Parts: sequence; C-alpha cells; structure tokens
Amino acid sequence: MVKLRDVCRHVRSKQAGPFWITFDIFFDGRENFERYSQSAALSSAQFARLYGTDPARVKHIPVADLEMVKISYPRATPQGGMVERDMHAGQQYVRLLDVVLD
Amino acid sequence: MGQVFEGCVKVIVPCGSLGAGVREEEITYGLVAGAQAIATDAGSTDSGAAYLALGKSKNNRGAVKRDLTILMKAQAWSGVPIIVGTAGQAGGDLNLDWTRDIVLEVAGELGVTPKIALIYCEQDRETVKKLNAQGRIKPLPPHGELDDATVDSCEHIVAALGVEPFIAALEAGADIILAGRSTDTAVIACYPIWKGAPWGPSWHAGKTGECGVQCAVNPTLGSGILLSVDAQGFDVEPLSKDNQCTPHSVSAHMLYENSDPFRLVEPGGILNVSQARYQKLNERAVRVVGSEWETMPYTMKLEGAAAGLYQTIMLVGIQDPDVLNDIDGFHDRLLEALYTRTRQSIPPQELGEFHISLRMYGWNGVTGVQPPVGTLPPPEIGMLFVATAATQEMANTIAQACNPYFFHYPSVMGKELPSYGFAFTPADIPRGQIYEFKLNHVVQLEDPFELVRIQWVDLCEPVLAEKGLG
Repeated sequence: MVKLRDVCRHVRSKQAGPFWITFDIFFDGRENFERYSQSAALSSAQFARLYGTDPARVKHIPVADLEMVKISYPRATPQGGMVERDMHAGQQYVRLLDVVLD
Repeated sequence: MGQVFEGCVKVIVPCGSLGAGVREEEITYGLVAGAQAIATDAGSTDSGAAYLALGKSKNNRGAVKRDLTILMKAQAWSGVPIIVGTAGQAGGDLNLDWTRDIVLEVAGELGVTPKIALIYCEQDRETVKKLNAQGRIKPLPPHGELDDATVDSCEHIVAALGVEPFIAALEAGADIILAGRSTDTAVIACYPIWKGAPWGPSWHAGKTGECGVQCAVNPTLGSGILLSVDAQGFDVEPLSKDNQCTPHSVSAHMLYENSDPFRLVEPGGILNVSQARYQKLNERAVRVVGSEWETMPYTMKLEGAAAGLYQTIMLVGIQDPDVLNDIDGFHDRLLEALYTRTRQSIPPQELGEFHISLRMYGWNGVTGVQPPVGTLPPPEIGMLFVATAATQEMANTIAQACNPYFFHYPSVMGKELPSYGFAFTPADIPRGQIYEFKLNHVVQLEDPFELVRIQWVDLCEPVLAEKGLG
C-alpha cells in the first residue's frame, strides 16, 4: 500500500488569490512522477471529496521538468469568511499525505 | 520594442514585502553590482480582505519606516529610483496615503528631497457600476457576472496596475514611486521594460523576484535578490553572499501562489514560461531564457473588500479525560446545547440570524473533519468558540449567554460539573467584523491610464522656493 507521503519529497498547499487554493506535489524522482502523477487518487473527484470543491473546476497540471504536479481548485468557502479555519490554506495538504495511490 | 536592446538592466528586489526587513549591506551589494532601480511590493491579498476594507497596513509602521529609511538613504546617494507597489498592504487610497506620510517623514529626518510619484488606482463604486453597465467588466472563474449589489457591498475597490503608469512616472523623473494595488510582477517588470528590455524576460524576472529571497535555496538567509535582464533572458542571484539560487529553486517559484505554473495573466498580456529554460550560471546565480510575452487586449483586475457580520470568541484549554475520550461526541452535544441555550436566552426578534462554531484545536481545529477511527486522544485540546451575528453587541450577548455552558458542560452527565481552563478575563473577546473579497473580475480598457490617477510631491521645489525667498 503506497501513500502519497511515501513517494513525494515535498507537498505543499497555499492560497492562489482569494478564491483559489493550489497544491504543489513534488515527487521523489522521475520514476515516482511517471508512475503516480496521473493516479486516480489525485483526480478531481478526490479533491471534490476531500475539499468540497466543484470537480469540474479542478485544474491538474503536471510539470515534468520539476517532477511535480500542480493541482488547483476554487475554495469551497471564501477566504476569511464565517467558518474560516485556514486563511492561507497552508495546512490543507496534510489530508492528502495519507491518500493511498495503489 | 526590444529588438535592438543590447544592454543589461539590473534591479534590486530588497525584500518580499516592504516592512519585512530590508538589509543595508544587501542594498550596498546590489548597487555596487550596478543596480539601476530598487523595486518591491508592500503587500498582497494573501492575508485577507481586512486590510483593503479598513485601509490598514498589515506590516507595522515602525518596520515600514525602518525599511524605507534604508532604501531612501541608498536612493539619495546612488540616485537610483525606488519603486513600491501595493502600498500599505492593499493598495487602496488610504493605504497609499499612509505610506506617503511615512516617506515624507523619513525624507524630513534624512534631509533628502526626492521627487515622489503617487499612483492611485482605487475606484469609486459608481465608476465600477458604470463600467459594468457598459459591459466592460468580465468575471474570472469561479465567479459569475457582477451585479450592483455586490459592488455596493464593497468598502473599497482597487484596479491592479500594470507597468504603464510606472513607466509614465519613471519617464517624468520620479525618484520614488508609491503605487496603489499593482500586480506583484509589474512593480519589478516596469523598470527593465522602460529601459527597452524585452517584455517576456522582464515579466518573468518580475514574477521570479516578487517574493524577494523566496526564489533562493534558503529563503531565511538574507532578504533580497538581484535581477539582470538582457535581450535574451535574465539572471537572478540572492543579495546575501552565503545564499544561492539554483535552477530548481527559481523554476519552482513560478509555481508559488499561482494556480497555473506556465501562464500568468497580466494587464495587457500573458507571461508564458512553458518554453523557459533555467540554467546554472555559477554557484549563486541562475540564468533563465525562453520566457515569452503574448500581447492581449488590456485588462485590469478588480479587487473589492466588504465588511460583514461580527464575531465574538472565547477559548478554553481542556485536559478532562471524559472530554478527551470522546472529543467528537462532546463537540456535537455541546454545540447543540449552545444553540438551544442561545435561543432560550435571547428573544428571537433581537437575536436574528446567528451562527456558532466550536473548533477543537489539538484534534481537528484546522479542518473540522473527524480524524480516522482509532486515532488516539491528545493530552489536551484548545476549544475555540466563535459566535457570529449581525452586530458586535449581539455576538457578545450570544457569547455571554453561552459562557456558563462553554465553561462547565460535562461530557458525561451525572458527574460533578467540570470547569475548563479559561486563560483570560473577561472570557469573551469581541473580534470585530468578517472581511471578504467580493470581486474576482477584470475590466477591459482601451487606455491603461483610464482608471489611474498620478499625483506628484516634489520635495525639491519648496526648498528651492525657500532659498529663492531667502
């Protein structure tokens, strides 16, 4: 059972403007990038399930030179709104670390 | 433009944001290396809408003044211009005037007389509604069409500046430019573009340098970077000699706080870095070539901040074993009890709509999502109470009504009532309003200056006048 945390050297999340959140998933080496960057576990449906976003709006952009994937999605609730718990979205990546890739 | 450009334009980015801590020795290093301008932003939307809504800076006045003092001393002896964008964190007129006043104070203390350009880009609501009625305002995803009510809900609205107003101010001889909300990149790209450098490398250098030393290997070593833009590309190096830029650190920064790693929409075009190549130049510097600029119809992005409902908070620490053995159950039972208590204590016609949330820090405070079954309890949690209501008084009233329950509510009924650990008295803390960004739209413009006002403060003039009179 391989989890995201086992095949990445760095994973981060951050706000990209007030209405989007972006994840940068840096794989550990070319082999892991090629094997897992298109994994169903990193699909739009997964982000919709974990983060309550509209799956149709999730952007999934591999950057081969950096052996990473950028995944961006619109916030489910506005930045700084009534139920805000993570203004800069810098802690959102943690839930992804234990996602099982295969 | 740029076809016959043969020179090299060097720009210091002294810090990630004015007030973050400019280092005098770094500025000296950059100027000795031949820098012709110092450019930095002074804010962003990252920390939320309060700063635009209130016209307040996030960075402390003393910290901004310290940074400006170092930069203005350097400006006075070297003659290179200082360019500051997104003044006062949000770049509204109030934020810009706050920064202007600090600059004037520093100038007086240093005895320097710079020519200062003030580039304002705040928009009144009627202007925005008129532009919208003309069909010139378009939504960006995930938003829809703009309506007047949304415009009216905004306390302040700004239009993010591109390079053109900065270039006009440079052309008119500004020693210091203080600008309202600007794209992070434009603040830096304007200078090489004014000097005739090609637009692709200039904008890409701007994006690379927007957070200062963040694009280096160690973002805690030093504060700034030096950019050198030429006809084919640009070089970047950290201003601290013990830090390095690497192809990885520089290319990875293009990803930062950006939803698309290859294309960045700016006023008048798109920076396309999909063909960019990052090469190691030496132990400390990286060279970047292949950045492209695609000219597009001119747009400026609008940002508008609204002030909304009011909140009051309370915080307790809990080590009670009965709570820790069933944190989620306790959360649900207490929350229900607090809603019931509020409705029983306050007449509905006074209460109006309200909201209560409990956040269990140490358990799931960041997400609110239940941890996996079988997760061991922590040694303690911090429980934050947040009441939201139409007025501050009502949010306070709700918190006060809930106080005894928040303080004593037992996890297991039938035992002596526990008392959880308050850290403060009074226990309830009025937190103020909720601030949210409301606009995510662009306005289409034929003329980059239509929504821009440039004013001048030339400190040289009154001095000359005084001398003349004397």
